[in-house]
Amino acid sequence: MRPNAFVQLCFLPLIIFTLAFLALPLVRLFVSSVSGEDGWSIYWKVVTTPRYLDALLQTVFVSLAVTIAALVISTTVGLFLARNEFRGRGMILSVLTLPLAFPGVVIGFLIILLGGRQGLFNQITSGHVVFAYTMFGLFLGYLYFSIPRVLLTVMAATEKLDPALEEAARSLGAGSFHVIKDVIMPGLAPSLVAAGAIAFATAMGAFGTAFTLATNIDVLPMVIYTEFTLSANIAMAAALSVVLGLVTWLLLVIARSFSGTTAAAGG
Amino acid sequence: MKLTLPKMLQIAVTFVTCAFLLVPTLQSVLAGVTVNYFKGVSSGLTLKWIGRVWELYADSIFLSIWLAIACLVCTLIIGVPAAYGLARRPGWVSRVLEEFISLPLAIPGLALALALLQLYGSMKGFRTSWTFILAGHVLYTLPFMVRSVLAVLSVIDLKTLEEGAASLGAGPWRRFCDIVVPNAMPGILAGALTVVTLSIGEFNLTWMLHTPYLKTLPVGLADSYASMRLEVASAYTLVFFVIIVPLLMAMQWASNRAQRIAQ
Repeated sequence: MRPNAFVQLCFLPLIIFTLAFLALPLVRLFVSSVSGEDGWSIYWKVVTTPRYLDALLQTVFVSLAVTIAALVISTTVGLFLARNEFRGRGMILSVLTLPLAFPGVVIGFLIILLGGRQGLFNQITSGHVVFAYTMFGLFLGYLYFSIPRVLLTVMAATEKLDPALEEAARSLGAGSFHVIKDVIMPGLAPSLVAAGAIAFATAMGAFGTAFTLATNIDVLPMVIYTEFTLSANIAMAAALSVVLGLVTWLLLVIARSFSGTTAAAGG
Repeated sequence: MKLTLPKMLQIAVTFVTCAFLLVPTLQSVLAGVTVNYFKGVSSGLTLKWIGRVWELYADSIFLSIWLAIACLVCTLIIGVPAAYGLARRPGWVSRVLEEFISLPLAIPGLALALALLQLYGSMKGFRTSWTFILAGHVLYTLPFMVRSVLAVLSVIDLKTLEEGAASLGAGPWRRFCDIVVPNAMPGILAGALTVVTLSIGEFNLTWMLHTPYLKTLPVGLADSYASMRLEVASAYTLVFFVIIVPLLMAMQWASNRAQRIAQ
């Protein structure tokens, strides 16, 4: 066999699989979305029907809140862990990255253990502190799986920063606040934008966590799920999926243009 | 370590974050071995709930392990040769292809599952068999295998190595087995552990693709959260942790090792 032919043969399993299980299904999903009663106007319906528009805005709102919180928390923790050596540091890092392998449903359950009817907060306080099934509970769930992802990106970026720059700034009399604001933050900015986009996209598409917690909250993945299973409104479920998929994909393309990494979706 | 105000703030945030991530995890571990969670640990410790989980959900645990192994075999067969091809033929076609197969990382699992259901939902034999879930798992994990192997292969001077072997008379298949695979091993190992870890924990696709007779571990978890008492749900979560945490640690070790080689 000619070497060229062999290399081409190596692509064959990938191409067959990708055509059958990625390309054709995605085309079919799009065709399904425009072959309902509404035709192409279904996409107009997405942005004009209050139920879908509210869900879209609500999802964007909670994802944005999670992204900001995850960036603030993970940058604070990441800088601390990257710039200080102490006993137990590795242990803390393990604890903080452990949730990477937790599926969204498990994270939802963990939030229920914190804020559900039998939850920790309801037990240690006298009042009825039940927040697991509220917007705040959902926010905490999304935050739970966002922190490890953002943290790893921040720490990897911090390691690439030159500590000599910080030393120089300090020796010139800059205080901690100014070192962070003028030296560290500009250096981290591209990674923070990338990590933020990943956190945002992941939160937008998170199904498992919403499935356990958002019984009364309309976030986009839950609306898609109920349209498909309860209302059997296939065209709308497909159209919303196309919108959601396009948004998250575009965000990750932007993220990649800022830094070379993309982390796993999930949640 | 000198304690300044910003540093104290950093320590406080780190502590609260660790508590936020760790406390509910420990709660669920504890609840899984407590006789009555509502009364607290004072009601005694027991393995009864774990036993109950085993009676109710052993099938789902075995199905998940079986799926993960099958998924690993598929991603190896599809992913390793593909990564080799991508490494040997860098160019815009390869970049577009790599970008395209990475779509499942960006598109939410729910949307992918709907797409698969739209296309194959009416093929009853396939729809109701475990291979339908397998297709979803391979779709989701394949990009991790390809990227992991490609990262290692792209820093090796494959061309020179292969030309050397070719001049000694080794054919393409022989070179693939004796040069490419051994050199790519750290990437294959890291990719394999990632694939198994992700497959065992996959919920978003699987929830849409599963049938009542084919429940995977995370599907069973969702089921137990909705319909079982808190102790059983916690015990099941504990079983999941026992499987997934060692896998995650092995995965992180292998990925760091592969990354060091790829640098």
